[in-house]
This record gives sequence, structure tokens and C-alpha cells, in this order.
Amino acid sequence: MVGLLAQVLVSGLAIGAIYALIATGFSLLWQGSQTVNFAQGDFVVVPAFVMLGVRGLGLPLWVGVLAALVVSALVLGLLFKRVLVDPMLKHGSLQLAIATMALSIVIQNGLLDVAGGEAFPFPGINGGIDWGQIFLDWQSLIVLAVAVAAVTALNLFLGRTRTGRAIQASAQNPQVAVLLGIDVARMILITFLINAALVTLAALLISPIYLVKFNNGIGIGLSAFSAAIVGGFNQVRGAVVGGLVLGVTETFAATFGPDQWRDAVPMLLLILFVLFRPEGILGRREERRV
Amino acid sequence: MSRDHANLAGALGLVAAAAVLGLLTSPYIVYLLSLWAVYTVAATGLNLTLGYAGQISLAQASFVGVGAYTTAILLPHGWPFGATLALGALLCFALGVLLGFPALRVQGHYLAFVTLALATIAFLVFRNEAWITGGIYGIDHIRRPAGFTSGRGYLFLCLIVLALVSFGAWWLLRSPWGRAFIALRENPVRAASLGVVVRDYTLLAFAIGAALGGVAGALFAPLVQYIEPTPFALTLSFSLLLMVVVGGSGSFLGPYLGALVAVLLPEWLRFLKDYYLVTYGTAVILLLIFFPDGLVGLAERVLARGRTVK
Amino acid sequence: MTPVLEARDLHRHFGGVRAVNGVSFQVGEGEILGVIGPNGSGKSTLFNCLLGQLVPSAGTVLLDGQDVTGMAPAVLNRRGVSRTFQLLQVFPQLSARENLILAGQEHVGSRLARLFGRPDAGLTAAANRMLELFQLTHIADLAAGGLSYGQQKLLDAAMAFMAGPRLVLLDEPAGGVNLTLLGSFRERLRAMNTEAGATFVVIEHNMDFVMSLCTRVICIAEGKVIADGAPEAVRNNADVIEAYLGH
Repeated sequence: MVGLLAQVLVSGLAIGAIYALIATGFSLLWQGSQTVNFAQGDFVVVPAFVMLGVRGLGLPLWVGVLAALVVSALVLGLLFKRVLVDPMLKHGSLQLAIATMALSIVIQNGLLDVAGGEAFPFPGINGGIDWGQIFLDWQSLIVLAVAVAAVTALNLFLGRTRTGRAIQASAQNPQVAVLLGIDVARMILITFLINAALVTLAALLISPIYLVKFNNGIGIGLSAFSAAIVGGFNQVRGAVVGGLVLGVTETFAATFGPDQWRDAVPMLLLILFVLFRPEGILGRREERRV
Repeated sequence: MSRDHANLAGALGLVAAAAVLGLLTSPYIVYLLSLWAVYTVAATGLNLTLGYAGQISLAQASFVGVGAYTTAILLPHGWPFGATLALGALLCFALGVLLGFPALRVQGHYLAFVTLALATIAFLVFRNEAWITGGIYGIDHIRRPAGFTSGRGYLFLCLIVLALVSFGAWWLLRSPWGRAFIALRENPVRAASLGVVVRDYTLLAFAIGAALGGVAGALFAPLVQYIEPTPFALTLSFSLLLMVVVGGSGSFLGPYLGALVAVLLPEWLRFLKDYYLVTYGTAVILLLIFFPDGLVGLAERVLARGRTVK
Repeated sequence: MTPVLEARDLHRHFGGVRAVNGVSFQVGEGEILGVIGPNGSGKSTLFNCLLGQLVPSAGTVLLDGQDVTGMAPAVLNRRGVSRTFQLLQVFPQLSARENLILAGQEHVGSRLARLFGRPDAGLTAAANRMLELFQLTHIADLAAGGLSYGQQKLLDAAMAFMAGPRLVLLDEPAGGVNLTLLGSFRERLRAMNTEAGATFVVIEHNMDFVMSLCTRVICIAEGKVIADGAPEAVRNNADVIEAYLGH
């Protein structure tokens, strides 16, 4: 029993750490430019397919990762911002959110058309540590380590570096940031690029677990939205806590509860938090806009 | 003719045009026209909730599902179609009231997420509660009501219902209730100071919108004659929302045009073979960027320009 | 005679800040009570407490002798309390006439009857009369959002009178209204006061406007009433002058 609990806890933390990456990017976009990206889950699937595609050419995985990073930065970062976010934001952030729903349809069907409807296997790491009663798989441990390292690095970057602080200032109060001589437009672009990097990393980590399928983005997106809200929509650190809480709850529910209701867990958490603690676990209460 | 009356005339004109087209064209077009009528009913409901009352909902697909399952489950027990439609609408009305409560606490994106979560849970219920919904195998052999069994006959039934819904929605929206919904969207604090009970009207906006979703579902089940959970997933909610926005959120004829685009554009794009849904989605995004007021807004702008030139 | 409105020892605290700190006053039938006081004196918080926008921390609000403390704005409105806002609050996409009909409709019949009744709830004539009174007839069918500031201000005020209110609370009605319009605006308000028999409470910074419109004035400073009486007397009150100069 102890062994099972430890195993579930570790894999829950691992999947939660990946959610944290995706939710962090989601929160960054929300804070940085009022972009609520309903296609965030699909953003994770795109680089996964790029990695698979490059691998299909017989090239090593790291080339695929690099290629995916470049494609993400250009398409999911730069192009997404310039072509969709910038023009739509003029019409209001809810209109923009609706446009990202259309984008989600485009990405899913595009992937379906190009790659087909099957779930593709993705290379992972086998084996684990065996302590008799307790068995921990390398995959989960490495995912956890990498994701925690990435989130820590991001938090250090945002909190300790000049650019990081400029990004935070631009997100919190663009008018004042401009007065301080900060190039707000550039900072916003950087948040989009950070998001692109985060989803690419998430794709690399999550694909061995969930495989790669054109519509995986729906489930991943729902979990990431929940993580962002449970942790605190308006706080980057909140997304980390939210992701971990969600990953562990989800995995425990899936292990000990009926598997077919697994997807209901993040949704229930989301509803409870929005209604009773909309500022999330860590967030500060924001004044409700009428 | 006032703008109000022009709206009703426009809607009924479109319904009549669909009926004429239905008499002249192939069974496939007849099917598409029926689908248009179904989507228009569902989108009109969402337009009421979102476009007029300003409350975003991503759960409209779930109400279409509830309406469809109610009809599909009860028809074999000998219930007349009219009764299953009414019961489905009533059930959705009650569920819509419940859906409205979160909107009393949160708005905007938060409301979008709550309704999205509820829609996901509704989908899981459709999929998992096989004892009543048939689970992933669904329910087949859904028969159409006597007298409307042919494709063309059923189209006329859909159009009759759409005509009734059009009149009802038109009446509602030009009544003091419609004005109160708009007040809710534009300034709830001011509305309350004028005696508009924000809570009641918010719940009503959700409930009536949901009921129309239920009506659309009741029409949908016998149209396709086989239902399973997939069509009532989140994608349909997104599509219905896009129909409202593409047509023109908050304009009476918006859903009619939005649904038309949603049904016809993919068909016209068939020559693109596999890529038509991608192209459709892209077209919708471009439309959203360049014509934020939707097709109705675009038409009004063109008409206004024509008038000033004259 | 029972006062139309009475505040009894109202308090409203925000954390440690005592925005309203024991305010009591009465307003009699047909009075036009001016509420003056330096910025930050607690006038707006007091208004929000009277109107149900905020629930007072302590104290009682009586309407015609009945306790209405903390009642929701919509409920108060249907008991005959209406208001105007400091910042413009019209419904931009509705026409001026529709704005007025909306302002009156919730007072006509039951909700269900309104659904099946006439689209204008039978208020078009009343709305037209109001448009005429406020000299807005020429813009009746234009969307309110496109009107000039002064026109919106008039419309905002006119909306407060559509339901034949017993008590109207006006929050800085003269703010932003140009001088040429101000005189006729004051006459409109005075006419509504006498013809409709409505009682007014007015927050206003424009001292001339207050002096020429109000029948009585109270001055609030640091959350308390420091003077209450005839306009001239309050204006010349030493404490009032001190409160204004002190800030």
C-alpha cells in the first residue's frame, strides 16, 4: 500500500509539474496581455508533432526538440501574437478569447488532416528505482526534476533579472512601465516567447505519458486552465501550486476512483475554486469588474 | 417599417426561403437546411444569453444534448414528439436556472471557465451513464413523428419550429424583458438602481437560452436518427458561440447568418477536401478580426454607406 | 409628520477608516436637501449607504418611518427611491427614449404581464413627456452613447424621474454641465420637485448651484454632520468654513 501511494504521489506530482508549466504560460499571457488562450492545450500538441515529424526523418530527438522550439517560437509565439492577439485585443479580451476557440478548432483539424487520428507513441525512459516495496519510475522522477528546474529558473528570471522585473512591471501596470522607460511591447513579446518555450518543454515531458494525438489538447487544456485558476489566475507562482495540486488529485482519483470520471476532477476543482475562492490558493483577491 | 419588424420579417423570410429551397433541391441540401434550422434555434438561445444579456456560456452544447437525449429516450416509450420537445425544453430551462447561479458571482472569463467545466461534466454524464443514455454506443433508430418522416417532411417540421422560435424570441426581445437583458449587459449597477432585479433577469437569460438549446436538441435527434455523446462535446459549444459572434452577437438576425455560414461554408469548401475545416476556422478568425460586429454589423455598414452615397 | 428619509447614527468603516462616523439627519416631504462637504468627507459613502449600494456598519436608514437599512438597490427603487450617478450612467446602445422606458418599466404591472403586454409597457407617452420636459425630444431616437455629455447628463436625470419617485438622490448633478445649460437644468429639477412632489437629496460641489436649488443644506466633514440649516446659514457657519479651508 505504501508502495502504491508513493508511486501515485510521484506520478501525480510529475503530471502536475507538467500542468504547472502549461498553466504558468497561460497565466503569463493572461497577465501580460489579457490573453485568455483557449488553445493553450493545443499549443502543447503542436511541438509534440514537430518532434515526432523530425524523428520520422531519422534524426535524433534533440534535433526534433530544437526544431520544435523554433517552430513554437515563430508560430505559437510571434505569429500568434502578431496575427491573432494584436488585432483581436482591440475588440476586447473576451472577443480575443473567442477567437482562440476558433484557433483551437483550426489546430486540431489541421493536425488531424496532416497526421491522422491515431495516437502516436513517443519515446520515453524505461526502468526505475526498486526499493522492494517502493518502485519509482525514472520517467516520473526526471519529468518532475526537469519541470521543477524549469519553473524555478523562470521564477528566478522573473524575480531577479532586469528583464524579468520589466516584464512583471509591464504586466502589472503598463502605463507606469512606459514612464519608467520600459519597452512594454517588447516585454509582452517576450512573454509570448516564454509561453512558446514552456509548451514545447511540456510537450517533450507529457508526450511519453499521454502519447501524441490531434485532440489531446482538449484534456490538457482543461487541466491547465484548472491549474491556473486553482493556484490563482493572477499569479505565476500560483500556477505551480495549482498544477501540483491538480496533478496529485487527478492521479489519486484515477487510481482509487472510477477511471471514466477522471476528467471530472479538474472540472469540479475549477468550479469550486471559481465560485468560492476565485483568487486561487495563492492569489490576491482582485476587485470584481462590473 | 421599424427595425423591430424588419428583424422579424428577415427571419421569417429566411425560413420561407429555406422551405422553397427544400422543395426544389436534393436530399442532401434538404438535410443541410434542416441542420441550419436546428443550429439557428440553438444559436438564437445562446444569442439571448450572450448577445443580449451579456452572459457568456460554453454549455449550450450540453443543453442541445439534454434535449436530444430526452427526445431519443422517451419517443420509444410512446411519448408524442411535441411532448418530448416540451419536456426537453422545460428540463433545460430548469438546468439553465442552475447554470445561471455562478453568473451571479463571477463574470467574463471566469464565467466562461465555469460553464466550460459544467459542459465537460455534462459530456461525461452522457458518456458514462449508459443505463439511460446508451453510453458510447448511443441510441439509434430514433423515429421521426408521423407525417414528417421523409427528409423533406422533417425539414418542414424543423422550419415550423424555427418560425415559432423566431416569433417567440422576437416578441421576448422587444418586450420589457429584452430591454432589461440589454440593461444587464450594458450596466448592471445602473439597471439595479432602476428597479431591474439583476438576479432574476440573469437567471432568466440563462434559462431561456438553455430552453432553446433543448428545443434544438429535440429537433436534432430525429433528424440524424442516431445520437451518441460526441456531437454534444465542447466543440459544439465553441461552434455555437462562433455562430453567434460571426453572425453578430446581440443582433436578432446574427444567429441565422452565423448558422448559415457554419453549415454552408464547409460545404462550399468541400473542393479543399480534407482541409475545409481548417479553412473554415481560419475564415472565422479573419471575420472576427476584420468584422467584430459580425455579418449583420457588416451588412449594416454597407447599407449605411449606400444610403449616404445616395 | 414622519420624515421621508431619516438616517440614524449611520456608520461605515473600511478597515480602520471611518468614512461615515455617526451621521444623523432627516429629510421632510418636498424638501431639497443639499449635502456639501470637502473631498473625502464621506459624502459618497453616505450616499451609497442610503441607496443600498453599501451596507452600513451600524445605524439605521428609515424610509417613511420604515427600516430599509441594507436593502438592495432594486428593492429600494421599487419603493420609490431613485438616483442619478456622479459618472454618466446611461445605456449607450439604447435610444434616449428606450433609456427612459427602461427606467420606468419595472414599476408597471407584474413581470409576467410585462412579457405579454405592450413592448413599451405603455410608457411611450410618459417618456415623450419627459423628453419634452428636459428638452431632449430632438434626440429621442438616437443611441444614448452618441449624445453629447450635457445631453447624457439630462437624460440620466430624466431617467430618475420616470417612475414617479418619492425620493431622488442626485450625485453631483451639476458636475461637467456647462454654464448655459446649468440654469435650465436647475429649473427642470425645481419643476420636478414641485410638480411631481418628489423629495431630493443632492450632493454637489458647485456652491452656487446648491444655494440656488436647495431648501436646506447639511455639511459633512470627517464622516460627521457639522452643520444643518438654511443654505445661507450653513454657508456662513464658522465650522463649515473651517472644514473647507482646513483641507
